[in-house]
Amino acid sequence: MINYVIRRIAYALPILIGINIITFVLFFVVNTPDDMARMQLGQKRITQEAIDKWKSERGYDKPVLWNSQASAGQKISDTIFFQNSIKLFLFDFGQSDSGRDIGYDIRQRMWPSLAITFPSLILGLISYITFALTLAFFRGSYIDVWGVVMCVIMMSISSMFYIIGGQFVIGKLFNLVPISGYDTGFDAIKFVALPVIVGLIGGIGSSTRWYRTIFLEEMNKDFVRTARAKGLSEKTVLYRHVLRNGLIPILTGVVVVLPLLFIGSLVTESFFAVPGLGSYTIDAISNQDFAIVRSMVYLGSVLYIIGLILTDISYTIADPRIRLE
Amino acid sequence: MPVIFITDALIFVLVFMVCLFIWYSRRHEHLCIPWRQVGENPLAMATSVVLLFYIAAGLLDSIHFHPRLDDENQEEIKYSTNILSVLDVLTEKLRSRVEKTYSAPFATHAYAKEMIDQPDGTRIRDYPRLNYGGSHLNDPDKDIVPDILTKTIIGIVMGIMIWLVLSAMIIFSLSRIRRSDIKTEFRCIIRGRDQIPGKIPWHVILITLGCIIIGITTLVYLSGFYHVLGTDKVGQDVLYQSLKSVRTGLLIGTLTTLIMLPFAIALGIMAGYFSGWIDDVIQYLYTTLNSIPGVLLIAAAILMLEVYMTNHAGDFTSIEQRADMRLLFLCMILGIMSWTGLCRLLRGETLKLREIDYVQAARAFGTGHITIMLRHILPNVMHIVMISIVLDFSGLVLVEAVLAYISIGVDPTMASWGNMINSARLEMAREPIVWWSLSAAFMFMLGLVLSANLFADAVRDAFDPRIRTIPAS
Repeated sequence: MINYVIRRIAYALPILIGINIITFVLFFVVNTPDDMARMQLGQKRITQEAIDKWKSERGYDKPVLWNSQASAGQKISDTIFFQNSIKLFLFDFGQSDSGRDIGYDIRQRMWPSLAITFPSLILGLISYITFALTLAFFRGSYIDVWGVVMCVIMMSISSMFYIIGGQFVIGKLFNLVPISGYDTGFDAIKFVALPVIVGLIGGIGSSTRWYRTIFLEEMNKDFVRTARAKGLSEKTVLYRHVLRNGLIPILTGVVVVLPLLFIGSLVTESFFAVPGLGSYTIDAISNQDFAIVRSMVYLGSVLYIIGLILTDISYTIADPRIRLE
Repeated sequence: MPVIFITDALIFVLVFMVCLFIWYSRRHEHLCIPWRQVGENPLAMATSVVLLFYIAAGLLDSIHFHPRLDDENQEEIKYSTNILSVLDVLTEKLRSRVEKTYSAPFATHAYAKEMIDQPDGTRIRDYPRLNYGGSHLNDPDKDIVPDILTKTIIGIVMGIMIWLVLSAMIIFSLSRIRRSDIKTEFRCIIRGRDQIPGKIPWHVILITLGCIIIGITTLVYLSGFYHVLGTDKVGQDVLYQSLKSVRTGLLIGTLTTLIMLPFAIALGIMAGYFSGWIDDVIQYLYTTLNSIPGVLLIAAAILMLEVYMTNHAGDFTSIEQRADMRLLFLCMILGIMSWTGLCRLLRGETLKLREIDYVQAARAFGTGHITIMLRHILPNVMHIVMISIVLDFSGLVLVEAVLAYISIGVDPTMASWGNMINSARLEMAREPIVWWSLSAAFMFMLGLVLSANLFADAVRDAFDPRIRTIPAS
């Protein structure tokens, strides 16, 4: 087991290198820093001096891979690849294109993100499983049929409409909570409530339906029939045999996203003006701040890899039939 | 003069492949059975009629050309620089009748007040009449309700007539195909059941067809006089925009799948089946790609595409072509992401399957790896593929709206539901509220996604080997 975990972490290293190369290629090879400068400074009639100034301010004025003019050791270290990618690899995010310390911003902004994503996840999981188990319990009846119909309709509606609708109904018509914004400390609750509720409602359709099929699949299995045949009550069958086995795919699906909760949701955060990492990324995209987008891509990837490792570990714990050694 | 965009070409390749697949399935009984089961599902048939109308709109919008300029004096034929599609020509009235700014559905007056010159020379500040919407009315306040009612009734009557003709044609051709007389055929459909095997629920199809046709004729007739769904900020008819968006939605949903499917299936099964170094390599490939959070990858890629496009502006001859390239690129990026998702699912399922007795038994009998994968594993994961194709479709249509909001979706000049929502969103704070753009996008999206979802369910029920039952006949 420990052996396996160590091996997984060792596997993660080449993946991180791969991501690093992908982002590097995407940001510095597909388009040269010159192109980026021209894009940011304006379209046409732009002097080479302005481009050079833009580049030197951000440290993009070095050769891409190999600095033939520098002395021995700096041939490699004094390049864009070394300065940007290797440092990124060590979580030294450096400065954004507008001169702010990205690492500091990220540390500040991940808590508001977490304040929204974590309650959404927990409350969502509880309610979706409850709904799904109810539907599975009443399988074939009108409750089940109409429940599924509702689910299908709800999952056919774009999440944008849930957010706009939620803001309009709860925020504007009933004036229950502020439409958007954020506050520190205990006051955050009234700002967090709306995004959490909207997120919860938006996820009902697909999640409930998905969990229901998982539970129904378990219900059709032999051990459930055996459990019924030996005279267990329907409640025991449902909780002990169906729920516990059904939880394996559900929980392993959740484990992947656990670390990603720090990143938050781009759309939700920018709609509700939450100063989290999601809105940070959106702002960076609209300001075309390449350094921040690059850092966020890398950070998101690292968190996802952590999630994957956790998932594989949880697989072995939850289902002993799966052999991973 | 025809213009062929890359996405146009691809969409027709896709249509060709679907036709090929249908031809292939017809010759293989085991593929016919599940599809026949889909055909017997009333809900699936109803939704497929709806989907067909969407597809028709999308295909019509995929045939582009430069319109010929009507200039009789010149010898040579000249073409306009504008690019139009067949759909544009069909909806000429909607496209050309542009108002100044917002107007509500069925409005006769503009949304905003402005200074109007009175006949007697004075100027007052009031809501001006629209250029086209309800311009045939003399006294809008009094006449509008009866006028809309009569026009609706005329539209409905026209729709019923067209529907009756169509139904008669369908019944007639059915009777010819089945070599029964029209009377029994008619009776079968009216009663809602067919005595002849292959029980396609024709009554459901005809009813759905009727509803849609009546809806369309009413809309068409009314939109000749009013802006049925209102107009947007620049006075463009919202109905026209919604129709133009159909193509974008369909393209994103289908092209993405077309790009990713072969990779996902082959690599996913191989990874799960072989384990060892093959598994490691494939896992490395998809984990690396998949580890980059989707939205961020799209954002980064689109950002880079924008840089490329601003610096190579000369490569694109028209705005449409530029938008088209961006759409294609978006599909590719989305394909890369959904590829890894399906691949992961398939690998996981194969991991489970290869421990199951029948695979072990096949291996013990000395069956080759490729045969085991094709015979024993592929059919058992095929339902996942099928479900994920159709589920992905609706998911992708929905994703487009989100991407448009983050401004990394399709080109802002391109009509899409995402862009409609995005521009309407900013107007929610206005008083009175501008709701029509949003509701139009909502209705059109819901129609497409809901029917796609319901159709997907029927396909899943038919293709899942664990649910499927071979009809005894």
